[in-house]
Amino acid sequence: MSNIVVDKSKVPWWVSNVIVPLVNLTLALLVSGLFIFIAGENPIEAVKLIIFGSFGYIQGFAYTLYYTTNFIFTGLAFAVAFHCRLFNIGGEGQAYIGGLGVFLVAINLSFLPIPIVWLLSICGAFLFGAAWAYIPAYLQSKRGSHVVITTIMFNFIASSLMIFLLVDVIRDTNQMAPHTVKLPEAIWLPSFEAFSGILGIKIRYSPLNLTFLLAIASLFFVWFLVWKTKWGYEMRAVGHNTQAAIYAGISPHKNIIIAMCISGGLAGLLGVNEILGVSHKIQAGFPAGYGFTGIAVALMGRNHPIGILPAAFLFGILYQGGSEVTFEMPNITRYMFVAVQGLIILFSGALENLFRPQIESFFVKRLNKEVNA
Amino acid sequence: MEFLSDIASLINSTLRISTPLVFAAMAGIFAERSGVIDFSLEGKMLMAAFVAAVGSYYLGNPWLGLLLAIIVCVCLSMLHGFASVTHKGDQVVSCVAINILIIGLTTALAAAWFGQAGLTPTLNEEQRFLEINLPFADSVRDIPIIGTLYSDILSGHYVFVYLAYLSVPIVFWIVFKTSFGLRLRAVGENPSAVDTAGINVFAMRYKALAVNGVLIAFAGAHLSTAVNANFFREMSAGRGYLALAAMIFGKWHPKTALIACLLFGFTDALQIRLQGVELPAIGEIPVQLIQAIPYILTVVLLAGFVGKAIAPNAIGQPYIKER
Repeated sequence: MSNIVVDKSKVPWWVSNVIVPLVNLTLALLVSGLFIFIAGENPIEAVKLIIFGSFGYIQGFAYTLYYTTNFIFTGLAFAVAFHCRLFNIGGEGQAYIGGLGVFLVAINLSFLPIPIVWLLSICGAFLFGAAWAYIPAYLQSKRGSHVVITTIMFNFIASSLMIFLLVDVIRDTNQMAPHTVKLPEAIWLPSFEAFSGILGIKIRYSPLNLTFLLAIASLFFVWFLVWKTKWGYEMRAVGHNTQAAIYAGISPHKNIIIAMCISGGLAGLLGVNEILGVSHKIQAGFPAGYGFTGIAVALMGRNHPIGILPAAFLFGILYQGGSEVTFEMPNITRYMFVAVQGLIILFSGALENLFRPQIESFFVKRLNKEVNA
Repeated sequence: MEFLSDIASLINSTLRISTPLVFAAMAGIFAERSGVIDFSLEGKMLMAAFVAAVGSYYLGNPWLGLLLAIIVCVCLSMLHGFASVTHKGDQVVSCVAINILIIGLTTALAAAWFGQAGLTPTLNEEQRFLEINLPFADSVRDIPIIGTLYSDILSGHYVFVYLAYLSVPIVFWIVFKTSFGLRLRAVGENPSAVDTAGINVFAMRYKALAVNGVLIAFAGAHLSTAVNANFFREMSAGRGYLALAAMIFGKWHPKTALIACLLFGFTDALQIRLQGVELPAIGEIPVQLIQAIPYILTVVLLAGFVGKAIAPNAIGQPYIKER
């Protein structure tokens, strides 16, 4: 099956970047349907529930966009490091520590006027996340310890550290549960309800807030940084061929550090959405797997902002629609959608070449016929 | 005497806690020596734990549960091989996919079949492995030192503990003393030379992955049908990654990997001991920080502060046959 040789230059961009990923996604969803069937539920009913839950009513759609916000951050985080051939599996821990950053800045500087405290809190989230990614980056570059293992370990360490802080240091002592006090209401990021009033839509509650715009801005930021700056070029050069980059006078060490720090910083921005935007306090385990989902989002979006936006939206649909499914179908828990993520990573990441040669040669032959006819 | 029995129980728990790490590290040696990265030890261990628990619950025999776990883990290893050997996909991505898939699937299926908590039913004595008391363990207990060594340290473990330590010399023999082992190592170091010698690189890697699947199944079954009597969510708790770190720290060599596994096991045993204990000068260390010690130790060891590790030369690269 790997005997098919395709001239890559003749393959149209939309075949390799749109058709092939869509085929892979379809395969992943078909296998997911099989799992739902094994769990004893009807997959077609589940799809109906997912579509209703994520699009069927305005509040559901707002939730979809709120999840999309988180996935844009963690997806971009994985993608930036991946362009330097680094597997940052530590988005979960970096987001957790980023949440600490946003909270500490916001609670200590809450007397500042509104846009300034927001900006400083965003910087706090970015810097804390970046700092947590710095150590694995340094160890990878200088000591050769594999970044996958160290970032995984840093997830465990971040979780222990945060539980310790939440229980013993920054806990709201009036409450039994381990979480902090709430931030003063004056500095909360405005939510979607506030805007929906202006638009004339009545909505009870949604976690969607201004951070969504920050996520969209981050997409542009990453696109510009990776493809339009000298640094982005150097980083991709290190990722493609480290030896060649060294001959060209590019320092792998510097680029590994920068790539991981920006990656960690982007994951840290998840804390802005969760803490400044939604819960206004640090709760134990708030990153709730968004960091891992970022891997699937980035691989599905082919590590490009233009791909990551629809991929993040798709996962937003899966999360929000999925919660509708878990509500209606007693046999399905949210873990089923963790399995779906695994399948999407498998088919659009590891098995991305499964049918690529066949599909590409099919289209190349057809297009050639049209040209010759 | 108090002190001596403390030491004995610490060594006893070190041996028990290291067991899944030893199996996983040996599994990792097979995959990585053949040139295939295996971060998916974590996921496969979790899957084995789930399958073994469910299997022995329905079949009434823990050995049948273990057999099922072996079959499923070999299938997962084949999936990893299909993606990364046959289709030349990224090996790390394939492992991450398998790990996330298994975390989700095991808990989702446990919830669907046995209720929302994601636990499997508790196994009774016939459905699980029991501790094995070696012959005469009770009668020689009172002999000083030898009695403690035999009755309190060597005796009274689950069958997996003995199998794990038995597997180390066997793995050493296979990898370093047989022609299969020579080919295995050669495929990981220089696949094109092996290909020139007329050996099928792909077949060798698949064989290595099959052995890997068998070994990792024992680690999972140990967790859910021996030390615990059921499966629970994410019960492997990073042990697959710890084992991989131990293997790297042990330079892809069974003997040194065993020492690293024992070191991790000892830290973990000590960690459990230290919880709630007042230490001189420091006072009581918060339990969350103590629990992080094995993970911090992994980072420190991997940072190579104790020597640099050199991986098999061709690791992580799919083999592309030239024509």
